[in-house]
Amino acid sequence: MLLDIISKIKEAGLIGCGGAGFPTWQKWETVKNATAEKKFVVANGSEGEIDIWKDGYILENYPVDLVDGIKLAMKEVGAIRGYLYLRHDYFKKFKKNVEKVIGDAAIEIFEESGGYIGGEETALINSLEGKRCEPRMKPPKTSEKGLFGYPTLINNIETLYWVAKIFQGDYQKNRFYSIGGQVKNPGVYQFSTSASIKEILEKTNNYPNFPFFLQVGGGSSGEILTEQEINQFAGGAGGIKVLYLEKEKLINLARQWSSFFLKESCGQCLPCREGVYRLKEILFENDLNQEKIVELFFALKQTSFCGFGRSVPIPFETLINKIWKKK
Amino acid sequence: MEKKIKIIIDDQEILAQEGQTVLEAALDNNIDIPHLCHHPDLSIKANCRLCGVEIKGEKHILMSCVTKIKEGMEIKTRSEKIEQARKINLELLFGQHQLKCATCLWGTHCNLLKMGRDYKVEITKFKNRKLDRKIYQYWPIIFDGTKCIDCRNCVEACPVDYLEIRGKGPEIEIIPSQDKNKDCIYCGQCIVHCPVGAIEAESQFKLPKEEGKVLVVQFAPSVRAAIGEEFGFSPGEDMTERMVAGLRKVGFDRVFDTSVGADLTTVIEAEELIERLKENKNLPMFTSCCPAWVKFIEFYYPEFIPNLTSARSPHIMLGGVIKKYIAEKEKIDIKNIVVVSVMPCTAKKFEAERSELFHHSIKPVDYVVTTRELVSLFKKNKIDLKTIIPESADHPFGDYTGAAIIYGSSGGVMESALRTASAILHDGKVARCDFEEVRGLVGIKRARVDIGGQELKVAVANEIKNAKIILEEIKKDQQAYDYVEFMACPGGCVGGGGQPVPVSEEIRKKRAAGLYDLDKGCDLRLSHKNPVVVEIQKNFSGNELKHLVHTYYSQKKKTKISTQG
Repeated sequence: MLLDIISKIKEAGLIGCGGAGFPTWQKWETVKNATAEKKFVVANGSEGEIDIWKDGYILENYPVDLVDGIKLAMKEVGAIRGYLYLRHDYFKKFKKNVEKVIGDAAIEIFEESGGYIGGEETALINSLEGKRCEPRMKPPKTSEKGLFGYPTLINNIETLYWVAKIFQGDYQKNRFYSIGGQVKNPGVYQFSTSASIKEILEKTNNYPNFPFFLQVGGGSSGEILTEQEINQFAGGAGGIKVLYLEKEKLINLARQWSSFFLKESCGQCLPCREGVYRLKEILFENDLNQEKIVELFFALKQTSFCGFGRSVPIPFETLINKIWKKK
Repeated sequence: MEKKIKIIIDDQEILAQEGQTVLEAALDNNIDIPHLCHHPDLSIKANCRLCGVEIKGEKHILMSCVTKIKEGMEIKTRSEKIEQARKINLELLFGQHQLKCATCLWGTHCNLLKMGRDYKVEITKFKNRKLDRKIYQYWPIIFDGTKCIDCRNCVEACPVDYLEIRGKGPEIEIIPSQDKNKDCIYCGQCIVHCPVGAIEAESQFKLPKEEGKVLVVQFAPSVRAAIGEEFGFSPGEDMTERMVAGLRKVGFDRVFDTSVGADLTTVIEAEELIERLKENKNLPMFTSCCPAWVKFIEFYYPEFIPNLTSARSPHIMLGGVIKKYIAEKEKIDIKNIVVVSVMPCTAKKFEAERSELFHHSIKPVDYVVTTRELVSLFKKNKIDLKTIIPESADHPFGDYTGAAIIYGSSGGVMESALRTASAILHDGKVARCDFEEVRGLVGIKRARVDIGGQELKVAVANEIKNAKIILEEIKKDQQAYDYVEFMACPGGCVGGGGQPVPVSEEIRKKRAAGLYDLDKGCDLRLSHKNPVVVEIQKNFSGNELKHLVHTYYSQKKKTKISTQG
């Protein structure tokens, strides 16, 4: 018996490639089983993490597969309309070409309004509805009550690309990795989901010949790994960034992160709006007040409204514990 | 009946209503969880992140305002972790709120300062980042950006979407709309829903009085049911005579009751209603004693201006009458009589400045002070309503009827006018005195009432969102109603923007109940039976009276926004 697409996705073990790693089939099933007047599908191309370009890479090289993936999702869950939700520069760069691929399918290309946080599912819905691009309270999940209150399937662009590949019978459990930082051959590469960081760096001829450390997952909220931890997988959004262990100015790195987070905080909740503001303020002072920083991390992790604020401390804390303290 | 479920808060077993949040269940059981952005009138925004609790089985602190209770849930409202998180968040909060405690409407019951003390907060841990924020004034409302903590309660409380959120992250600023199609209606709901006193109405009245002036004060029905809250009384307790004594003590020469003006308004309005019904002209007739509602019509729905009753609002009517009466009786130059109105309202400040109400450049009312301003005046002068010896208001404008006192609650103006109109149509014999169907604080009340053999279709709406529903109904069907009462604030004046804080549905209900109790206890419950009203109508010539009791309205342009800082 032929398997339906959801069973195929389940069997393939596909998980979301946007960073959170949620099993794709579960989202599809929830939206499919929902009884509603209308349903929607959104391909999320917000890709806000620093040094991650894999969604852009797919838009550039595989728009046909991507659009197929969206169409498959729409058909399967019974959506009346699909949206291709793109960050500003992707929208400008790829709109024309992808529009040709879409043809007369009911898929609209939408330019994101809110930056990094616009990739968060509920903020994305607000953005699509023309509201302030800020996360909403959960529950309800977007798969139950999403765009204009209707069940909405939101998948990362890469996830939908792999759905098309699964449908074509051409899925080898690969994913895309964005490799950057101090490497000879930066770029987007395809490897097995079970490939180790070491293997990926070696096979792309990017393995450093100097003492290094890594930021993995994404160039802003990804965690820091040491040279000893490279046998792990690269999770999250599949980013691998190589940094000089000796030459890298750690305070500058931390300052860059804090500037990025401050620029991207939506400002809705107190710990993130005020906490990130103070974090940057402290990092740019000459005399680093460590006690205050620890307190801010605590409030961010414990009380932030959404995953953005809760994850702000990750790169800082792993940098401090694994690299800074050892120097 | 709603299902009760068992939960455990701080090792104490509690039966709580299923469907409640942890915060609601805790507050219902007298367990305090610190909170700031939560307001029972508004939706849950969960942005101040202060009401966190620990729940067994959960790794992170969860916000009690948004977490629904479940059977057997074990909740801790205090722990080292929670206290630590609250302290840090409070310190961050103080870094964006300039302390202007001396002039703050929250005064000594400021929630923020209390939390600061409870959690031993270092208030100046972070340098205040909002010192150079702008202060906007769109008369009479002042929005102080240096105090705003970005909770957005005002944005939601504003019935006309006049307050807008601009910017992102720490750049966020709440600002008055620049849109020429949006204007403030001065209702002051933003003020009473702001947890940190960032918004207030301008205070213009000062004591002592100028040499040679006669200083007269009058106070609105609903003030007496709320001002006691600031002196240890329960909402709804009658403060009339204590207030009178206090007003005399601070230096007012005459103390009158706006309720007498309300009786007069009722008579004029009931006569106009009967007239319009007879002529089938400009129906449905709308009440006009709520100045925020009037501004709303004049700016947003000018096509309905002819529907507004021409009867002046109670304090404006009485202000004009008082000046004329004292000037004539005591041979005092009318220019030397100063009338101050104590109102539950911020929009009354705007109303008192409407030039169409002036007669030969004499204003019927010179100053409007809110209930809150009067509280400050009393406290500054060490007047405690709890201990003061009650006194009666001055004659002749001190004796009111029950029909006047209920003006302070939604449905009151309607009921008062119906009582008098039905009496007029019954040749002075009372047909009905109680119109239960228009009472209560629900947003919209619709009824068919029989007055003198004539059936009237009436509606009562409080809050602008409900007023809009009625207006849209009328747009579709002009015959939908004959007479409609509108109040901009929830519950009417008992929930007015000039009333003490905090406010909630429960408090508004108690304030309103207090007024209906007073009505029940009155010997006279019909406005046209008030001897003072009869006297006024007899003694003033038709032309004189016309100037004192009628007004007109016109389409309004957007208020100028001035900026400081």
